[in-house]
Amino acid sequence: MDRQILLEHIAVPGIETFDVFRSKGGYNAVAKVLKELSSEDVVAEIKKSGLRGRGGAGFPTGLKWSFIDKKSSKPKYLVCNADESEPGTFKDRYLMEHLPHQLIEGMIVSSYALGVNTAYIYVRGEFKYIIGILNKALRETYSNGFLGNNILGTGYNLDIHVHPGAGAYICGEETALLESLEGKRGNPRIKPPFPASKGLYDSPTVVNNVETLAVVGPIINMGGEKYASIGLGKSSGTKLISACGNINKPGVFEIEMGLPVEEFIYSQKYCGGISNNKKMKAVIPGGSSVPILPANLILKTAKGIPRLLTYESLSEGGFETGTMLGSGGFIVYDEDTCIVRNTWNLTRFYHHESCGQCSPCREGTGWMEKVLHRIETGEGRSHDMDLLVSIASKIEGNTICPLGDAAAWPVASAIRHFRNEFEFHVAHPEIVKIKDHGSIEKYT
Amino acid sequence: MLKITIDNITTEVEEGTTILQAARKIGGKIVPPAMCYYSKLKGSGGKCRSCLVKVSRNSTVDSKPTSKLVASCSTPVQDGMIVQNITSPEVLEARKAIVEFLLINHPLDCPVCDQAGECDLQDLSFEHGLETTRYEEERREFNQIDIGENIKLHMNRCILCYRCVYVADQLTEKRVHGVLFRGDASEIGTYIGNVVDNDFSGNVIDVCPVGALTDKTFRFKSRVWFVNPMNVHRSCTKCSGKAAAWMFGDEIYRITGRKDKYGELEEFICNECRFDKKDKKDWVIEGPRKIDRHSVISQNHYEKIVKQSIIKPLEERTEPQE
Repeated sequence: MDRQILLEHIAVPGIETFDVFRSKGGYNAVAKVLKELSSEDVVAEIKKSGLRGRGGAGFPTGLKWSFIDKKSSKPKYLVCNADESEPGTFKDRYLMEHLPHQLIEGMIVSSYALGVNTAYIYVRGEFKYIIGILNKALRETYSNGFLGNNILGTGYNLDIHVHPGAGAYICGEETALLESLEGKRGNPRIKPPFPASKGLYDSPTVVNNVETLAVVGPIINMGGEKYASIGLGKSSGTKLISACGNINKPGVFEIEMGLPVEEFIYSQKYCGGISNNKKMKAVIPGGSSVPILPANLILKTAKGIPRLLTYESLSEGGFETGTMLGSGGFIVYDEDTCIVRNTWNLTRFYHHESCGQCSPCREGTGWMEKVLHRIETGEGRSHDMDLLVSIASKIEGNTICPLGDAAAWPVASAIRHFRNEFEFHVAHPEIVKIKDHGSIEKYT
Repeated sequence: MLKITIDNITTEVEEGTTILQAARKIGGKIVPPAMCYYSKLKGSGGKCRSCLVKVSRNSTVDSKPTSKLVASCSTPVQDGMIVQNITSPEVLEARKAIVEFLLINHPLDCPVCDQAGECDLQDLSFEHGLETTRYEEERREFNQIDIGENIKLHMNRCILCYRCVYVADQLTEKRVHGVLFRGDASEIGTYIGNVVDNDFSGNVIDVCPVGALTDKTFRFKSRVWFVNPMNVHRSCTKCSGKAAAWMFGDEIYRITGRKDKYGELEEFICNECRFDKKDKKDWVIEGPRKIDRHSVISQNHYEKIVKQSIIKPLEERTEPQE
């Protein structure tokens, strides 16, 4: 269970440079596909591997690639979504900071598979220093003949450009990202048409997450079937989990899918337990937009089966008692956390980041934030919880893009599992008016 | 031709038609309301979500329903599609929610708003809205600004349908106005304090579904239901010259484009016709114009009492329990 695929050579000094990366077997996948495989073979290999998109939705990558409109006369584009802005998720930043060539290798292989000659890396604007790292890595790759015209003498041409965003969470949504890349206001597009037929500049486009593209190289090296044998069932391979919150060892860990959540939290190899010997209260396992779960439900499903870090196991029980793997932003809360304050904080984020294009999200996120702020500051009313659940259910599924859902789920789940805390806030305004009142448990 | 069934009524439409257009072809009560979609503006629609419908069968090949409600204005028809609009309680519930969302930051100043009587939001909330509000927070506020000599922007009333942005984008030569900022702070504006002075800029008033963009030559002159719409025309070098004059006795109070039954302009008119030609002698009057929309203005009388509704007071603040 401690297999490392992406982070195998992370400890090697100088791995961010081309020469060291190449000496560790980097770019072998590029040479292999360009010289030995056809683009269909590469897509088939990825399909065999069972790789699922690591950006949050978990859509099978091979399937996504097969949707691209091959007959189109327009140029095709590959866009790497490096606009990682979900609170609690920082795996892509880590990957790009330390292993930029892993991403570039994956992008070359993927571009070849898709018949792409121009690829973009859309980097979150706040990652200023990473833009420098990526550009340096790209220059090295160009000068070593792995990018540009006639790569390795095979006649295949590819250019990769780094494009910084301007600081909007919504630009991580793939169609908003494309709008932003075209130089427009980052509003998500109305689908259909999907990017696979009309994406960047109205041309067929594939948008993939950094981690998804980075793992393409290793999959080609080891073979799709071997990769599929790692992990558990439909959740194949390994996943980067960025753990943070009240744990002893926050950081980015590569885990093999199927690792029990309990082991992940308490093992010294991973999170190392809850800090200050406190009890765990709740976990958001996949970045701030997935439902929060209380300690008992995150360790074991409602049926009493130990929960594993896979797409299927985490979502078992639906939204009633389950959650999602999402992007792997693992946030752990200890017993001192005030869930109401935390929920308000997340909602404030979504309110601030809503693009304002469609009405449920534009108005609903602001409404939820105001109500939650009122509850947290001791101005809540007894009907506010029902109101919040109602608003969340009316945003969910009625919006253009998934940001509406992402804003609604944390609120709905927090009230579902921690309703007593909300009720305590309403009943005891004199206590919650104390700044940093923390968990309500010490008052009950 | 593609076959589509909307609320148990089947029709055939050409490929590329959207569900909303198919519904308009059938006509009647099954047409979903549209606050942001405007058939004459490319790219409009999909934003307000008031036209959400349920697709209970995707097509003859794919008999699955869609997992979510879809925006009928931007979803193309597929052969054998089965759509539910007013027959689906889920759709009506969602529409109610959309009205509520659109109204929470709306100032509800209909008594002093020039759009009252011909306002799409008024009609929509009349049909689908709640009689009371659950919103107790402060509403967002903006200053009123003049964009150009004759157009007033009252951002508080705006529902961000983006129609005026598309007009500015597609009808006028130089685009000077668009949406600034993000989320519920986003506003229609000109950058920076620019004046919209294009010859066709006045059409933003006609496409605006609410009272956010109003005609300064008509503001506060009369309620729309007191003036009589007349079909008029004149020879104009810039536009077709076909317009509607809103008259009170012999006086022309305002000129607008001619709107069809879905509130869409038949033809865009120029600013000269709209703002400057307010004399009866400028126009050839064809005769009274029938307004066949179901709003207050088309009723023009108050004998027909639709439904008595009592406006409930806001619930009292509950005192915190000890």
